[in-house]
Amino acid sequence: MLKIPIIRWGKPYDSLEVDDVVHFETGEPIAQVSQANGGILQRDMRKAQRARDVLREIPSDELIQRIKKAADYYLEAELPLGDGRQTPDDFARQQSATTGLPEHMCRANMQKNHFVLTRMDEVLDALTRGLDLSILSRGYGVEQRGIVVSYQAQAPCLGLVLPSNSPGVHTLWLPVIPLQLGLVLKPGPQEPWTPYRMAAAFVEAGIPAEAISIYPGGGDVGAAVLASCQRSMIFGGEATVERYKGDPRVQVHGPGFSKILLGDDVVDDWPQYLDLMVDSVHLNSGRGCINCSGIWASRHTREIAAAIAECIGPVEALPPDDPQASLAAFTVPGMAKAIWGAIEADLRDDQTTHVTEQYGPRLVDKERCGYLRPTVVHCTSPEAPIARKEYMFPFVSVVECPQDQMLSAIGPTLVCTAITGNEKLQQELSDATHIDRLNIGPLPTTQLNWLQPHEGNIIDFLFRARAYQLPPERMAQLAQAVSS
Amino acid sequence: MSTSETAGSMSPDLEARVREARDALDAHTVEIVQWHFNPETGCPFWLQKAAELKFDPRKEIECFDDLNKFEPFQDEWLRGGPVRRWVPKAYADRPIYVFETGGTTGVPKSRVAMDDFRTDYELFSATLPDESFPPGSNWLMLGPSGPRRLRLAVEHLCQFRGGVCFCVDLDPRWVIKLIKKGWLEHLEAYKKHVIDQALTVLGAGHDIRCLFTTPKLLESLALALEDRDSSIADAGITGIFSGGTEFTPQWTRFAMEELLDERVYMTPTYGNTLMGLACSKPVTPNDGYKIAYYAPQPRAVIEVVDIDDYSQAVGYGETGRVKLTTLTKEFFVPGFMERDEGEREPPYEKYPWDGVSGVRPFREMAEATTVGVY
Repeated sequence: MLKIPIIRWGKPYDSLEVDDVVHFETGEPIAQVSQANGGILQRDMRKAQRARDVLREIPSDELIQRIKKAADYYLEAELPLGDGRQTPDDFARQQSATTGLPEHMCRANMQKNHFVLTRMDEVLDALTRGLDLSILSRGYGVEQRGIVVSYQAQAPCLGLVLPSNSPGVHTLWLPVIPLQLGLVLKPGPQEPWTPYRMAAAFVEAGIPAEAISIYPGGGDVGAAVLASCQRSMIFGGEATVERYKGDPRVQVHGPGFSKILLGDDVVDDWPQYLDLMVDSVHLNSGRGCINCSGIWASRHTREIAAAIAECIGPVEALPPDDPQASLAAFTVPGMAKAIWGAIEADLRDDQTTHVTEQYGPRLVDKERCGYLRPTVVHCTSPEAPIARKEYMFPFVSVVECPQDQMLSAIGPTLVCTAITGNEKLQQELSDATHIDRLNIGPLPTTQLNWLQPHEGNIIDFLFRARAYQLPPERMAQLAQAVSS
Repeated sequence: MSTSETAGSMSPDLEARVREARDALDAHTVEIVQWHFNPETGCPFWLQKAAELKFDPRKEIECFDDLNKFEPFQDEWLRGGPVRRWVPKAYADRPIYVFETGGTTGVPKSRVAMDDFRTDYELFSATLPDESFPPGSNWLMLGPSGPRRLRLAVEHLCQFRGGVCFCVDLDPRWVIKLIKKGWLEHLEAYKKHVIDQALTVLGAGHDIRCLFTTPKLLESLALALEDRDSSIADAGITGIFSGGTEFTPQWTRFAMEELLDERVYMTPTYGNTLMGLACSKPVTPNDGYKIAYYAPQPRAVIEVVDIDDYSQAVGYGETGRVKLTTLTKEFFVPGFMERDEGEREPPYEKYPWDGVSGVRPFREMAEATTVGVY
């Protein structure tokens, strides 16, 4: 069995406490992961500046080239992992075995990470709005248009408290190294795989190992990340969002409540958008915050719900190595049953109809895990208790709501696909501050453009724009350096 | 617990010492039961209980194992008054202390004491190496205070060794309340308030060499000192007696290697208001930083018992629930089921009786219990 150590600024550390990461269905041990304690992390953070210093010795452009090389290592190479080695196939199998995600989805997520890594220069160019990265490195400089600008790094490293159940989130932290900031990763208990493999690929590609720390562990380690890092990201549920809302040191990623809105001008043509709606709900087993959990329209909602149910209602839970598997398992015992219990309670409301009921039971309760088959409900009003719920499987509420009430009724929405040609509605959507990513037109909620920010621009989170004044002669020197 | 069961290959000398200790425990058990169930000396609680029992403890308790004839001790019996029902008649005229445990919500458990805490800590004192806990040196008590016995006990330990004890208040009930309410900023502020006071005392020229604290506070203190380019060792501390919450081998290793820089002696302990103090076998890297505790037998006994049958000890190295028995003239508690589990450890030369290692919250109660918070 693989033994995976803690990584303390590049140095492996075997803890006396280990966590057996097991196969979700068989209970077979897959790896023994060393567990950190909060104090270890707190002490190591005293050396966090070293991570930024070693990265600043390498120009950002060079780091980007190395990251691109790392992309190929991550996707294709056999890489060291703990006391063993790991091929890409091992990775997909291991990730699937512990997270419950079908293997082909694990491979697809690898492709997604690879894609972002190989386009890192474009991603950073977009996120920085074309800023010369040396300005972020030095902290100040002159833009092409001759203006002095200063962006001050707010932390020497970014801390991440990562989830177990959604390997897709890792794309968010990939730009950190080329921005010359260190990484402090606390993997989810069932998903140590991506942080370790990505770190191994980075090191193989020449990224200094001392810029990366990985601390598997319990809740105290997560708390230590947030307490010790001046900037961190955490992934969690609504309670986590509520806890860290408004804390400028923490970027919190919670449920997405992503939605598709059909304008009155297009809703009669709804069959044209059926595939888009089904994909938005069902892709990646509906696990992501970008999966659609609500479809809102003023009419035809019963037909829409029935048509989606006909597409995904019959979907069965298949073994994770089956190429046709489209559902991920809930690997925490009792979780699927508890979620289904919550849904059943909401279905008692008389404004709500369970549209997938005719396709058989939704809950597949197994000895060590559970599945929930795709579920479509219809709500005659936004007031139905289930209208704005989100669950981590293909679940959608199709909600009947007059168009002029939609914006005030939908609630916080991470991705909103609004299919409408109504310019007034488009403008209202553009102005709505409770919508994060806005797609105007027939785009699946799951279709991300990596050149766009996600739940806040990471550059704005990590760097602060500030005044930086220079005497004219020094400014002229800088401007000359830029133009040459 | 059975005397016939042995722990692998015990030397003849150790076997003899185990037998000797067992004989002493059996004799002590009989003496204590006689005392507590004698109308002239016993406490009202046990005298009243005797009337409800189907056996006469003074006749039928002839050895330690006979204590299994009692039903398991209910911790509810310790909640509420009148407190004097626990005072042995023979000690009714002595000054009485009451110490409490728990109490975040509802009525806390309480126990009476006269001299037990002094006796326990004087016995513990004999286990402390003088080079790390120099006689005459001053102490800092940085841990749970208020109605807990720990504050008086540590102060007595210090005085018994010829020193003066400085104390910082810590109210664990408030800490648990902060955690349950999710007031984490207040929790941090309270921790800082406590640590700031400790730093002030340590920096005030009192020549403090010895420290009692909990694992969490030790970590916070060490990190706060490092923030000031100092360390526990640089602050002059040479010996730490730590307890109050759970120790793990990994945390102990981290503390010894990194917080104490291998320059400060630390002895983990396990105990509570009811039992007293169990010392640990010296913790070493060679032993994987395993922490094995041994009760101050015959005044108190730790057993590791089957979770389905509390009268049966598990085998050596096997996991079971921790069962405590207190056998002093001040307080008699037969078979109190602790909220902990661990592995049964064999006797060894220094402590020729059973111990327990890997102590952690009992799995069936762990989710409902807030532990290790201060």
